[in-house]
Amino acid sequence: MSERGSHGSNVFLTRPARHLLGVQGMHPARITPFLDLAEHYALLNRSRKTPRDLLRGRTLINLFFEDSTRTRTSFELAGKRLGADVVNMTVASSSVNKGETLLDTAATLNAMHTDLLVVRHSQSGAPALLAQKVQASVVNAGDGTHEHPTQALLDALTIRRHFGVFEGLTIAICGDVSHSRVARSNIHLLTAMGCQVRVVGPPTLVPGAIGALGVSIHHTMEDGLRGVDVVMMLRVQRERMKGTQVPSAREYFRFYGLDNKRLALAKPHALVMHPGPMNRGVEIDSRVADSDQSVIREQVEMGVAVRMAVLDILSRGGDGA
Amino acid sequence: MKPVLFENVRLIDPAGSLDRPGRLLVRDGVIAGTDLPQAEGAPEGAEIVDGGGQLVLCPGLVDMRVTIGEPGYEYRETVLSAAKAAVAGGITTIAVLPNTSPTIDNPALARLLRARGEETGMIDILPYGALTRECAGTEMAEIGLLAEAGAIAFTDGPHAIADSRTMRQMLTYARGFDALIVQHPEDPSLARGGCATDGELATRLGLPGIPAAAEAILIARDLRLARMTGGRLHFGHVSTAEGLDLIRAAKADGVRVSCDTAPPYFDLNETVIGDFRTYAKLSPPLRAEADRRAVCAALADGTIDAIASDHMPCDADDKRQPFAVAAAGGTGLCTLLAVTLAQVHAGNIGMMDALGLLTNRPASVLRSAAGTLGAGKPADLCLFNPDTGWIVRAGELPGKAQNTPFDGRALEGRVLGTWKNGRRVFGAAAA
Repeated sequence: MSERGSHGSNVFLTRPARHLLGVQGMHPARITPFLDLAEHYALLNRSRKTPRDLLRGRTLINLFFEDSTRTRTSFELAGKRLGADVVNMTVASSSVNKGETLLDTAATLNAMHTDLLVVRHSQSGAPALLAQKVQASVVNAGDGTHEHPTQALLDALTIRRHFGVFEGLTIAICGDVSHSRVARSNIHLLTAMGCQVRVVGPPTLVPGAIGALGVSIHHTMEDGLRGVDVVMMLRVQRERMKGTQVPSAREYFRFYGLDNKRLALAKPHALVMHPGPMNRGVEIDSRVADSDQSVIREQVEMGVAVRMAVLDILSRGGDGA
Repeated sequence: MKPVLFENVRLIDPAGSLDRPGRLLVRDGVIAGTDLPQAEGAPEGAEIVDGGGQLVLCPGLVDMRVTIGEPGYEYRETVLSAAKAAVAGGITTIAVLPNTSPTIDNPALARLLRARGEETGMIDILPYGALTRECAGTEMAEIGLLAEAGAIAFTDGPHAIADSRTMRQMLTYARGFDALIVQHPEDPSLARGGCATDGELATRLGLPGIPAAAEAILIARDLRLARMTGGRLHFGHVSTAEGLDLIRAAKADGVRVSCDTAPPYFDLNETVIGDFRTYAKLSPPLRAEADRRAVCAALADGTIDAIASDHMPCDADDKRQPFAVAAAGGTGLCTLLAVTLAQVHAGNIGMMDALGLLTNRPASVLRSAAGTLGAGKPADLCLFNPDTGWIVRAGELPGKAQNTPFDGRALEGRVLGTWKNGRRVFGAAAA
């Protein structure tokens, strides 16, 4: 890959990482190769000429302790397009939520000689715990409210394809930041790449300490969206729409929903992003979601490319590299 | 509308630190000015109200804690009967608690209450929005939408938010709208089943008690939560020395907190329930004398931001019950000014401070423009004689509800006229 040559002298690339557990602490020199390679795979995906022999003979297990269709399918496609043997294991999180059982699972996977293990879990830190015990390379596909690194990479790739650079961009991440692993991974990645990041949401859904991650906090959309280059909406779980976090979906949409009027406060051609699945009429108006400024479908496309790049790079750094 | 010229009155406007003999002209329902030169005659066709040099003219009073029966308990009080009682007490703006039936947890109901106030032509109603749905203390009400519909602040009325986590969330969420949360300062589990303040009297009467500390315990928790969240917090009808000490200290520390008290808590003590007088059964219950004196001291030193009537209409049948099961609460609209003036006559606070506690200070807690004599403001006015004596008689009070805890109390200070938007709504020449 010629794109990676420019970083050839960088110490970070001398020893590829074995796992991808999170973005926190990742240096731009570690991030950029993922984006560069994913860009390449995005082209190959469009021409349907992916290297089907790259991961031939390797076993990829999608171990999902939490329901997911989109992310699991994206990883499954990524693995298959590179020729890996892909197995999906979906485990009801209710029956496996004790550390001991998780480690038993790890022992089982070792016995199966798994090469790549993609893990989603409702508990923050669960993939890291597995990574200590399995021989496979672990990819965190979302753990609790901690991180979702491949989502951040695909978001970053989408942004880079539109703006070319990260420096100087202002990005608003809006909604339920408290419960969002997508928000955390994006904050880490985008601040590392030199973006100004704002988080916007009701105070009950924005942790007070999030400012320590290098972002500014805004409690009104009017304040948070002014002049931004990218508006990244977060999914708000329906179950938060009553109780003590948000009183109702209609109040949420009235004050924190993205509609054309609010989008007009951003820069003229600002991108609208959403990790999906969307709650139309709750956090985002359909007219915005389906507008020319929306890159939501492109995000999904980049998702497969980014996951191919991740599997490719990790498979080189695996066992004993 | 005819212009009205008040002459020979003692003008008191605490918002502008004004207290001097003077004249005030009302034109087209608004205050045209207070600095009309003495030499200038009355405008053509003006109605002249002569204060004889003795009457006080001040802004119409702003009462920040009122329960009315409407909607749902019209047999106790309606908007109209409450308005009549209010203007008889010189009150032109009332903030109304949301624990009605249905609860004011819906923007349409907040708008309705405002409109019902306007219909009377006598008072402005500032509706409180419910803090939680049905004031049940669990699910947050639509604070943002209610605020847009004109809800002035958020409270569950006579119910404290028991759950600390819920209170934290409410203060946090409300901060997004810079909305004020008003808390009934009483730990609900300590208060459960009680009807009088714990102590010798409750013990002698055999009444289940509520420790006075139930107030301080909740205030301490909520002050800490306000500090943690940065939320804006107000305590209604504070009545104990310990509670007031906590608030005083928190204010000095910069916590965003304010409080009010109600006339019974600085004018009466627990002994008035001595013969099981249910008209003196209030919530929070009347306190020991030392607490009453502490409330007086907190009025004088500024810890208390407002005096509210805490008007709570009850039907006679609600009160004709054994003490422990009788309804709690007393009327207070007609007596608000005179009982407050008792503090002035007793030398505890000055006239200007007393009226400040009834006008601009509650207005400023609620961020209402009411409660001043500024030029261009709506002519909401109260004219009273500070020295006229009268005796409170349950059964003879204006309005519907008669359950006053001050029955038989001799007071000095009587409202002679009340004007709303320049129109006389109480007093001899009321149209």
